Amino acid sequence: MKKKIARVFMASTIFAGMLAGCGAAKDSSGGSNSDTIKLGVNLELSGNVASYGESMAKGVQMAVDEINKNGGVDGKKFDVIKVDNKSEAAEATNGIIKLTSQDKVNAVIGAATSGNTVAQAQIANDTKTVLLAPGGTSPSVTVDDKGKVREFVFRTSFIDPFQGTVAANFALDTLKVKDAAIFADNSSDYAKGLSDAFKETFEAAGAKVVAEEAYVAKDTDFRATLTRIKAKNPSFIFIPGYYEEVGLIVKQARELGIDVPLVGADGWDSPKLVDLAGAEALNNTYLINHYSSEDPDEKVQKFVTAFKEKNNDEAPNAFNALGYDTVYFLADAIERAGSTDSSKIQAELAKTKDLSLVTGVLSIDENHHPIKTATILEYKDGKQVFNTKVNP
Amino acid sequence: MEWLQQLINGISLGSIYALIALGYTMVYGIIKLINFAHGDVFMVGAFVGFYAIKGWGLGFFPALLLSMAFCAVFGVLIERIAYKRLRNATRIAALITAIGMSLLIEYGVIYARGAQPEAYPDGVLPSTTFNLFGAQISSQSLFILSVSVGLMIILQFIVHRTKIGKAMRAVSHDMDAARLMGINVDLTISYTFAIGSALAGAAGVIFGVYYTKIEPLMGIIPGLKAFVAAVLGGIGIIPGAMVGGLILGVVESIVSALGFSLWRDAAAFVILILILIFRPSGIFGKNTREKV
Repeated sequence: MKKKIARVFMASTIFAGMLAGCGAAKDSSGGSNSDTIKLGVNLELSGNVASYGESMAKGVQMAVDEINKNGGVDGKKFDVIKVDNKSEAAEATNGIIKLTSQDKVNAVIGAATSGNTVAQAQIANDTKTVLLAPGGTSPSVTVDDKGKVREFVFRTSFIDPFQGTVAANFALDTLKVKDAAIFADNSSDYAKGLSDAFKETFEAAGAKVVAEEAYVAKDTDFRATLTRIKAKNPSFIFIPGYYEEVGLIVKQARELGIDVPLVGADGWDSPKLVDLAGAEALNNTYLINHYSSEDPDEKVQKFVTAFKEKNNDEAPNAFNALGYDTVYFLADAIERAGSTDSSKIQAELAKTKDLSLVTGVLSIDENHHPIKTATILEYKDGKQVFNTKVNP
Repeated sequence: MEWLQQLINGISLGSIYALIALGYTMVYGIIKLINFAHGDVFMVGAFVGFYAIKGWGLGFFPALLLSMAFCAVFGVLIERIAYKRLRNATRIAALITAIGMSLLIEYGVIYARGAQPEAYPDGVLPSTTFNLFGAQISSQSLFILSVSVGLMIILQFIVHRTKIGKAMRAVSHDMDAARLMGINVDLTISYTFAIGSALAGAAGVIFGVYYTKIEPLMGIIPGLKAFVAAVLGGIGIIPGAMVGGLILGVVESIVSALGFSLWRDAAAFVILILILIFRPSGIFGKNTREKV
């Protein structure tokens, strides 16, 4: 008997849930008549990548405050509703369900990592709510497994393979090299995507990849492979990988007398890299990043000054900047749409072209991937120094 | 010149394997236990050295000695707590306990300090590079090789020329008979673990200085490779561990040099399989026939 009651109870709960779900889907764009834009923020405010999420939330808040102070978008002010996804995919899904069904937001910003954004993508698409990912550089954020674009999902950061293209252009145009070697982490899709993109762009320009070598994450001795690379005499080495191994590779390469420029992507970006490789070995190495606070560009400097004023003179990092830009990216589309209706915002977001933001000039391609400016940083005595900007 | 450089790369990699393999082979030689926790004692040694250098500002040699002393005590504790009561159990039970011990140490360290890697500070040991016929030799790799050879000689001396060494050999030969002859078997085994673990601790500090990066799971692969090196040279035989380690290092470098860097780890274990099929007693091992 008890079992039966439990079953009836369960069935009714599920049924009620379904009803609630239907209701949510129906009036997801219900807030369009009011004079505020409800902006859901679903970020990693605690958990193991809390530092990313918190940085982005700061950037988002700052942009929202600025826009609201200047009269809002089309006279409508942003109303921010924050959800902490605890750096977990399941919590990220719960978060967006709450935002779309309970708070009935117009758009959601989140999350900092690709995995936690993908966890929200399905709900965003089903409820026709615009989801903007400030970070999350994996292509899978906006394109699903079957290669179909997720209509309502957009992002502000460039995708991983794009960095390979940037590195190739930097090598060709700024360093003017004609032959390069690739030493990639074979155990990550990230590095594979980067090295493929690099090779394609580099060879399309008539330059040559003279050596392609690979390593596996957690290796500690790279001397044998580096000796092999050295024998091929490349004038440039592209090392897509993460700082744990890259630090050792840079150190061992310099010990073996390899003094050519070494270039990597955002996987390098960690203070630990300097500890591992040593400041001296890192001279003449470059990495790609979303932005640099030392960029002399007027827009960047204005942002840096404003941010420092609010945050005890702390220079904004790339995550702050991406969070900040995401709000402006959305505001621009809402303004052009002249409405807070999700479908209209979605259409305008997809049409974004040459929008000037702190992290560069941004256009959206057919896969909702931004084609945008990348910043090249150079290591000088263990410090990251702004070197140049590379346009796509 | 590339090949000379590869040979040098291989020897410096092999010296590290040899250093870990010495402790491995010694413990096996005396109590016939493959101490899988050895690689983790090596890791603990690396961390003790790191905190001694970075936290207390000690120099290389004081840190090395401190780490050796700490690991010696740690090794004895492991033996007393985990292995001693299994001395009369089947060997498979002891082996499984060793694997459990290894996991306990790894995740104990992660629990205590997190899984993030740590970088040894720069300039602990002077590092200059010599140029030999176009090949680069770093002073650190020469140093590692000489420490390995030196420790091997000391170990050989202890085992063959001292009273405790004689006791070790007697225990290794026949534990019960040794006890009847008035040898304190427990004490002898403790000594064995102390010396073996001290060597692992030394290897940990040297590894940290040479490769910079240390992390809680760093002991797994070098531990397994050292095991392969010990089997290759003939497990239980001290010079065998040294030679096995060097051969393994050189083979790995050659595999990478031929462009098969992703097969490097596989090569080590292929060697293990081949040795076990064709010469189970290793290069230096005598072919002993089992008495029926």
